[in-house]
Amino acid sequence: MAGEDRKLKLRIENVYKEYKGERGTTVALNGVNLDIMENEFICVVGPSGCGKSTLLNIIAGLHEATSGACYLDGKLITGTGVERGVVFQQYALFPWQTVLKNVMFGPQMKRMPKDQCEAIARKYIKLVGLEGFENSYPKELSGGMKQRVAIARAYANNPEVLLMDEPFGALDAQTRAQLQTELLKTWEEEKKTCFFITHDVDEAILLAQRVVIMSARPGRIKRIVPIDIPYPRDQGTKSDPRFMELKAEIWNEVYQEYLEVRK
Amino acid sequence: MKDKKKRNLSKQVWLLISLAVAILVWYLLSLGKATGRSFPFIQKTFIESFPKMAFERKALWPDFVSSMICVAAGFSLGFVTAVPVAFLMAWYAPVQKILMPWINFIRNIPALAYAPLIVIMVGVGKTPAIILIWICTFMTMCVTIYGGIANIDNTLIKAARVLGANDVDIFFRITLPATVPFIITAVRLGLGAGLTTLLAAESTGAQAGLGMRIRALSGTFESAPMLLYIIILGIIGMLLNMLVNFIERKLTSWQEKIEN
Repeated sequence: MAGEDRKLKLRIENVYKEYKGERGTTVALNGVNLDIMENEFICVVGPSGCGKSTLLNIIAGLHEATSGACYLDGKLITGTGVERGVVFQQYALFPWQTVLKNVMFGPQMKRMPKDQCEAIARKYIKLVGLEGFENSYPKELSGGMKQRVAIARAYANNPEVLLMDEPFGALDAQTRAQLQTELLKTWEEEKKTCFFITHDVDEAILLAQRVVIMSARPGRIKRIVPIDIPYPRDQGTKSDPRFMELKAEIWNEVYQEYLEVRK
Repeated sequence: MKDKKKRNLSKQVWLLISLAVAILVWYLLSLGKATGRSFPFIQKTFIESFPKMAFERKALWPDFVSSMICVAAGFSLGFVTAVPVAFLMAWYAPVQKILMPWINFIRNIPALAYAPLIVIMVGVGKTPAIILIWICTFMTMCVTIYGGIANIDNTLIKAARVLGANDVDIFFRITLPATVPFIITAVRLGLGAGLTTLLAAESTGAQAGLGMRIRALSGTFESAPMLLYIIILGIIGMLLNMLVNFIERKLTSWQEKIEN
């Protein structure tokens, strides 16, 4: 179970966020509270527009909460920080740089010596299985490969928390399954705290220790479901009877929210 | 490999065919009574006019040099001013809100219309021509580069920021490289605008220049040398475009292109 004896890593406290647009004020998040333990794998599911990406952006320090706050190791988050790595759905690779240079970016920003940056980059390129593509440009890679580069780039900065915003959402089913398996393996080895957003309930149950279900407009946490399926997990886990039960339960909740949005 | 060679070969063949068609059309035009007055064939346009303009009147080379100086100076001034102004407009909304309407307003006025105002201001010679080309190339390039900076994928900036980049890093490592394709497009359009403006620029009191010469020749109804000059202008434009294409291939090969 999501370790009671483990250390609190990330605290989300009463986060409220509104956007002022031309058609009035939209409340994106309405009082979100969540404690994430060290090494924990959290998945957030919910219909589109429930503010899950907004929440991730606030934790990343890219957006500011209207009220409420996030704390990392008890320290207030006021901006971006290298201890929080982000993987975006649209890969966000720098197209004018090779795979190697993309992965080197983080270490270079830390003003490390060049050969050290390169060594780190090569290590993580190998980890995501892209050895031999160091000098390729993003345009020469498939979607799955691009996302592997983005994951390697995030890892190269050695973050304590990995924030992933629907990272596999744009990939085909086979590639997605493969990357899920790889991510599970890496997480089981490195045990970095993961905050993973998805709209795919299967994906959430497969990966997470706890699945957070968010309700639509304004975004709130509706329910938190602990996933009591032991690791190591793989694609075979999806045919586990407990997996099926959890899937039915979570799917039902998410679907209700989806209907709510459609109204 | 073999396929590519074949395609290249056929590309050149098509170019030759295209040239042949153009010469044929030109020839047919030169036969007509009225069209013949305006389009004398190769014999008159090149073989007679070229030595006449180049050696007898000693005009072609000074005209060419004078025009190229005007375009180069005007374009360079346009470029070095357009780049920083475009960045200022992208970064500071008030700058954009104040300047943009006027850039768009002036951009749509033919340069020929306000050329005399410049001459009244600075006198005749190369100076008004350079200023006119500066204004026109500046506006074209400013609008294009601004559009490029304004449309930079925000996710890239976010990605750089979460990886620890500060504002200076983001400018040199994200904004600048992301803007390069737009700067190249701006250069292409700017050079085109420069050449187009050249005629207006040299229309008021220039002592030499390709544009000035064409107007002078029109006064004496010498269509053959005029046609020669017009073709030279066309060739200059084409060569500049080829140069920009070459630079583009060198600098922006990383771009994803939709293959036809």
